[in-house]
Amino acid sequence: MTEVVVTGLGATTPLGGDVASTWEALVAGRSGVHLLEHEWAQELPCRIAAELAVEPSEVLPRVRLRRLDRSEQIALVAAQQAWDDAGLSDDLDKERLGVVFGSGIGGALTLLAQDDILEQSGARKVSPFTVPMLMPNGPAAVVGLEFGAQAGVHAPTSACATSAEAISWAADMIRVGRADVVVAGGAEAVIGGLPMAGFSSMKAMSTRNDDPTHASRPWDRDRDGFVMGEGSGALILERRDHAEARGAKIYAVVAGSGLTSDGYDIVQPDPECRGGGRAMAAAIKQAGIDPKEIGHVNAHATSTPVGDMAEIKGIKRVVGDHVVLTGTKSMTGHLLGGAGAVESIAAILAIVEGVIPPTINLENPDPGLDLDVAANEARKVELNAALNTAFGFGGHNAALLFTKA
Amino acid sequence: MALSRDEIREGLSDILEEVAGVNPDDVADAKSFTDDLDVDSLAMVEVVVAAEEKFGVKIPDDEVANLKTVGDAVSYIEKG
Repeated sequence: MTEVVVTGLGATTPLGGDVASTWEALVAGRSGVHLLEHEWAQELPCRIAAELAVEPSEVLPRVRLRRLDRSEQIALVAAQQAWDDAGLSDDLDKERLGVVFGSGIGGALTLLAQDDILEQSGARKVSPFTVPMLMPNGPAAVVGLEFGAQAGVHAPTSACATSAEAISWAADMIRVGRADVVVAGGAEAVIGGLPMAGFSSMKAMSTRNDDPTHASRPWDRDRDGFVMGEGSGALILERRDHAEARGAKIYAVVAGSGLTSDGYDIVQPDPECRGGGRAMAAAIKQAGIDPKEIGHVNAHATSTPVGDMAEIKGIKRVVGDHVVLTGTKSMTGHLLGGAGAVESIAAILAIVEGVIPPTINLENPDPGLDLDVAANEARKVELNAALNTAFGFGGHNAALLFTKA
Repeated sequence: MALSRDEIREGLSDILEEVAGVNPDDVADAKSFTDDLDVDSLAMVEVVVAAEEKFGVKIPDDEVANLKTVGDAVSYIEKG
């Protein structure tokens, strides 16, 4: 079978403007969550979030910024880093270059801002860039145009499973022979009044406004919902012989991936994690390895009461009780459509560096938590394989299995 | 008081820099928006809306197609 490897990483997150600074903060256990000072946030039930550490305006030219939604801006930032990290250049065969890049919600901030302009100033004042800025395939299209990708530019959207699903699609593109190199990932930037009010109305968000850095606390007894974050992660996936022929450094192998759907509820997780478990099993089967070889799971673990414990059941049943878990959303907040890519990067670097970043704020573990978690401090572990999971509203499940290069 | 051609060109130049990143040094009557200044059709929509506001004129959509150069736009705005 064609082997797919990871040759480049890029990210901009609440912890740092690139992979190195994000990783350093993850291992150090720093929270990116803070109280929102914006006027629009003051009446919301949830007034905390994990905003980007580095504004896109510090990286991209001004005119470029005004024609891109914030999600597209950060997709571009992360993808460019991954591209440079992989050492790719313009002489790559563009007909063999693909992009799979998703967003869970799309250009909601653009939609809302332009609606304000429509209401206040009339249709003629609405930006001619509104549609390319708000369309959910915008981040994929912008990344595709930047590098001239012609093997296909795709935009999966499956809520919080989006960018994990993107990585799975990207690996498939290479496996079936439609591309040699694929830029894969996701971006989300919807920290704004309406998206936050919507999630709050579902009672999905933490209201620990008086203690922001302790609000995201996966598996802790006192968790009370997720904390919204914004960010983007990008990975360069490549056919192994293509990567080797150009002497690229290889971070890890995308050994297997699994995508399933719950068929259960539009927002409630299946309490038994049946669909999530089947996704993990599919990834393990495709990789053809013994689950005992998987030493680590970077779990979806959003800090919601039901979801966190359901996932534990799935991991225990399918992977086993020997793994060391972590929930890095305790530090980044929930990056929604950007989560799977950023957490896959964390899982890959855990293999490369032999360090599992901590789950911070795990002070009183939920009585049902009977798996080993790298609680509050990073854990040094030699790893041959690590799994990343991502689940999204709509009952979408994704699991990605990475192995040592 | 009516604006001079130079004043209109200067105002247009500010708009072009703001919405499309055009270098003010490149703005001259003979320059084509699309061929010389890289102002595509979507950016041109922004330029027109900003110019209407700045100069208090109406530039109907069917007129925009005739505004090929900076000089064309200056003349149209000058006529008011």
